Amino acid sequence: MLYRAKSGHPGGSLSAVEAIVALYFHHMKHNPKNPKDPNRDRFVLSKGHAAPTLYAALAECGYFDVKELLHLRQINCMLQGHPVCTNIPGVEASTGSLGHGLSFANGIALAGKLDKKDYRVYVMVGDGETDEGQIWEAAATASHYKLENLTALIDRNFLQIDGNTEEVLRLESVRDRWNSFGWYVLEVDGHDIEEIIDALLTASEQKNQPTMIILNTVKGKGISFMENNIDFHGVPPNEMEYKLAMKELDTVQKTLEAAL
Amino acid sequence: MANPRDAYGETLVELGGKYRDIVVLDADLSKSTKTILFAQKYPERFFEMGIAEANMISTAAGLASCGKIPFASSFAVFATGRVYDQIRIDVAYSRANVKIFATHGGISVGKDGASHQMIEDLTLMRVLPNMTVLAPSDATQTRRLVELMATTEGPMYARIGRANASVLYKKEDLKDLKIGKGLVIKDGSDVSIIACGTMVDQAVDAQEKLLKDGVSVRVVDMYTIKPLDEKLVIKCARETNAILTVEEHSVIGGLGGAVSEVLAENGSSTKFKRMGVQDTFCESGEPEELFEKYGLSTSHIVKTVKKLIK
Repeated sequence: MLYRAKSGHPGGSLSAVEAIVALYFHHMKHNPKNPKDPNRDRFVLSKGHAAPTLYAALAECGYFDVKELLHLRQINCMLQGHPVCTNIPGVEASTGSLGHGLSFANGIALAGKLDKKDYRVYVMVGDGETDEGQIWEAAATASHYKLENLTALIDRNFLQIDGNTEEVLRLESVRDRWNSFGWYVLEVDGHDIEEIIDALLTASEQKNQPTMIILNTVKGKGISFMENNIDFHGVPPNEMEYKLAMKELDTVQKTLEAAL
Repeated sequence: MANPRDAYGETLVELGGKYRDIVVLDADLSKSTKTILFAQKYPERFFEMGIAEANMISTAAGLASCGKIPFASSFAVFATGRVYDQIRIDVAYSRANVKIFATHGGISVGKDGASHQMIEDLTLMRVLPNMTVLAPSDATQTRRLVELMATTEGPMYARIGRANASVLYKKEDLKDLKIGKGLVIKDGSDVSIIACGTMVDQAVDAQEKLLKDGVSVRVVDMYTIKPLDEKLVIKCARETNAILTVEEHSVIGGLGGAVSEVLAENGSSTKFKRMGVQDTFCESGEPEELFEKYGLSTSHIVKTVKKLIK
């Protein structure tokens, strides 16, 4: 997708893959044939630059034709560089300007409690994104209103555009920060789907407080030369890199198929 | 006299009984914006967001995505400039059914000073695609427009002032009021004063004074800044010899900006002048003192009209 688009954000898209797969294929109640079902679980991608991963999941689920994926970021096509809720089936919130999504998810969670609906709300934030002050306004709100129907996931890949998160603007201890804001905090290997599913189930059982799942991830996960390489935050692969990446993914696929 | 803020709060309460989907958010100013009236009547549908306006706007958008009709309120400074990005992405770009209702717009906020005197909000909101921008002129019109906001789909911004205002309308005068139109409240043939919000009352005062001096003035209450009633503007340009816009707002980009765009693009040669706050921040003072110093008093309007038609 990004190779064809010749732009986009591979690093943060790859670190988010397993969590988004776990949500859409193993955990959330949702119906691609009825994207506006009032009882659906909702997912808000607050780190909107990981749009390629969200779009791929939505297409694979059947919200729209997978062929659309090849037209990411192209003029007259549906898939915008960052998610937009007005015309992409399955996209709940328009994101891309960092820091808004948790507040938006709070709004969904408040509406759910008001209407006594049992849907849940999921929101993924980037670790660098939590530099934004609005995240902490929203963190306070979610615990103040006891939004137990809200689960947030933080993609803790330790990298943002200008470098390591701890050098740019220290985030540690992430766990203590969210704890002190009144959140129940879980920590998992963000590339282990089973661990993520377990954590999502545990979060669903919480009462009187929202849950934050810290996903310990690797930026660029799965492509050897992109892993932990900040140069691939917002730069797509060139032709040589694309071929190498596809070869690596092909090997992974064959290994998985053999294991089955 | 009546306070449009009371009208806002009371109308929210009335509408709250009628429409179960109406919810109200405020950022620690509910006593001033009068959303407290709704909070007292419907506490479960009122969300106190604390002093966190950005969070309030995005949360309102999330509520709207679930079919709620959120009214989010604060002072005009905090409800627009402070949260421009949240309004841009979560409300306007997303075409969310969020109603941002701001009080304390303009310089008549008075003694709090320039930090609290919002004179750029109409411009900031008008430039956003999908956004409807309203500036009610009295308590009666505020009531009617709040009703229309609640029952009309789409992102909307409305601003009123802090102070009491003359009652210009009776309820029955406004039963056919529509968003996207202006109202001719006084007809005349020499000059059209197109005003909005708090300045409509001043324009009517000026009209009466000018009539005594033999000048026939048409006063238009342009309560919708966007979409602008372009037909009415062009009609005024054709039927009167001059147009004066008056707003408690910067002369750049608000009502005056919108009207001048229409006039210029329609090849109008009608004499034209924008009255409002010039390109400057104002200061602390009584509203009347500020209107006098910054050129928004009735006597300024009278003088400007006379100069314009000379």
